[in-house]
Amino acid sequence: MTSLLDSIFSVEFLFAVLRVSTPLIFPALGVAITAMSGNINIGLEGIMLIAAFTGVIVSIYTESLMLALLAGVASGIFFGAALGYFHLKLKADIILAAVALNFLASGLTIFLLIVITGGRNTSALRSLTFPSFSIPLLRSIPILGPVLSGHNIMTYVAFLSVLVYYIVMFKTPLGLRIRAVGQNPDAARSVGIDVDRVKLYALMISGVFGALGGLYLSMGYVSWFSRDMVAGRGFIAVAAATMGSNLSLGTLLGSMLFGLVNTLTIYIASLDIPSDLVQSIPYLATVIVLAVYSARNFAPRKRRAAHRRRQRAQAHGKDT
Amino acid sequence: MQQFLLKHFEAIRTTIAILIGMLICILLIILVSSSPGDSISTFLFGPFSSQRTIASIFEIATPIIFTGVALSIAFQAEQFYIGAEGAFYITAAVGTAFAVSTSMPWFFHIPLILIVSGTFGGLWGLVPGYLKARFNTSEVVTALMLNFVALYAGLFLINNFFRDRAAGFMVSFRLPESAELPRLIDRTRIHWGVVLALLVALWAYYFLYHTRTGYEIRTVGHNQKFARFGGINVFKVIIIVHILTGAIAGMGGVVEIMGIHRRFNWQDLPGQGWDGVIVAIIGRNHPLYVVAAAVFLGYLRVGGQQLRLMSDVPFELVLVIQSAIILLITARAFLSQWESRMVIRQAGEEADA
Repeated sequence: MTSLLDSIFSVEFLFAVLRVSTPLIFPALGVAITAMSGNINIGLEGIMLIAAFTGVIVSIYTESLMLALLAGVASGIFFGAALGYFHLKLKADIILAAVALNFLASGLTIFLLIVITGGRNTSALRSLTFPSFSIPLLRSIPILGPVLSGHNIMTYVAFLSVLVYYIVMFKTPLGLRIRAVGQNPDAARSVGIDVDRVKLYALMISGVFGALGGLYLSMGYVSWFSRDMVAGRGFIAVAAATMGSNLSLGTLLGSMLFGLVNTLTIYIASLDIPSDLVQSIPYLATVIVLAVYSARNFAPRKRRAAHRRRQRAQAHGKDT
Repeated sequence: MQQFLLKHFEAIRTTIAILIGMLICILLIILVSSSPGDSISTFLFGPFSSQRTIASIFEIATPIIFTGVALSIAFQAEQFYIGAEGAFYITAAVGTAFAVSTSMPWFFHIPLILIVSGTFGGLWGLVPGYLKARFNTSEVVTALMLNFVALYAGLFLINNFFRDRAAGFMVSFRLPESAELPRLIDRTRIHWGVVLALLVALWAYYFLYHTRTGYEIRTVGHNQKFARFGGINVFKVIIIVHILTGAIAGMGGVVEIMGIHRRFNWQDLPGQGWDGVIVAIIGRNHPLYVVAAAVFLGYLRVGGQQLRLMSDVPFELVLVIQSAIILLITARAFLSQWESRMVIRQAGEEADA
């Protein structure tokens, strides 16, 4: 047990937590921004996969990290916009449309991969990767330095994205519109906001976040593309964002909790602790958080409704 | 003619979506294959080439009928309970555990396993159902989370208590013979589960379209406020819908184990729950059409397998077209202009007459 504690409080472990959390923070922000606009986006799974694939292919053919990044982000925006087009313009239910797009991403990436490489040997494709980055002053601080410094540059981008999300959401007119649309679309429409357009923007921005997550997976976390490599992170992101009430810091902490648990299961695999059960804890916790949260939200509304009913009954009683 | 078109508009829309999907598929084959003619005929006719391939269409369709019918009940009430995947998996694990640890003659054992797992699946569906009905908690998110819980809890159960260590890989003990669903047709893996699946679909059709509760479910789906105003107990309807969805999807999982695998061998979510979403959409949430849609999906999958074996076109083509088809079908505005133009024209004609 002490050896477990030792390894958990080691520099390597904390470093790994940040590394594992990175591909969760990005999509969680994507889920959060669409949730703020009033939609549940379970399509981040597909967005990440498409971007991961696009990045690898473009980096191999152009040898340019910048172009790979741009192409990956563009594919994410396109995918988010496609979801918006089907939901907002063609009136598809967003959950079902997202399920369909996830299937499409899973099939299309492998289909194209086999067509492009002409065979199944995909490990031969080595992608360029984003560089690791060592922060000069931070590096020399004991303990904290080795944990925080030396990460892939995308890990820092992930943390910066949380800040960007906060600023966009709470300090810009667009963020205000997104929140207005999410809280009460009719009221937003009545003051002249184009509700569908705002929802589309939210979906496109979620495409950017999702794409960054996918790019990190295939061009940082590892350096290749493999079948369904997102492996449910797009769904975990829904949990993480929900847990954090779609707020910037909450979403970050939610993602890091999942990162922590996932890292933990790698470390305790050798011990006699059932890692399956440990892994299920954050999901159960999300269900409980969600239940408590909605129960609390629900109670005052119900009381208000009952109050209104009583008043109406009284008014009615006076009339007759 | 016009009246016919309008009356069957939804069916025509679905057919057009499927045709467009197949067209995309043929175009893709022409683009990537070095001998497109052969590949296309392999894809379209390969599934009928032998008894074995025809059998696999129905083997693939059987579990998807369960999950598809289950989800069509939920979708009819506009409950996007996408937890069929988790219910399918965890109930199969629990059912296996129950089957392995009990022994009795088959005519008790099989029904008992189905009852136990159906009950468990129903309870599994009750969790998001209760939260939705009571607090309006999004069933989408809770069901998504419970899918993961199902995976890890199922793995924990099987790997720690029912793992057959004699086998070289992570599988459960073999089911006792009394718990195996016998094969229906010799030299294939088609088993009695397909009969059960059809019975469930028939029952669901009767339940949804010919009972009072079924009517209430559909009314809640059309317009929840109207249903509440009309005196329907929406709370009860939402609870019932989730329980039924969990129970039927869960039974599908255990039937798949009892009929095909004969031991629990899934180390990951097997995907039939998501396939159920596809066939529920293609079958437009009508249990009998869902059966047809599941067979169609089985046909596509076997066609894809034939492509993988006999041509240079990847199997994943099938995933591309199936998603194109469901995207078009879920897009409610797809072809709706055409419909409204027809309605206007007909109204005009009636006014003239």
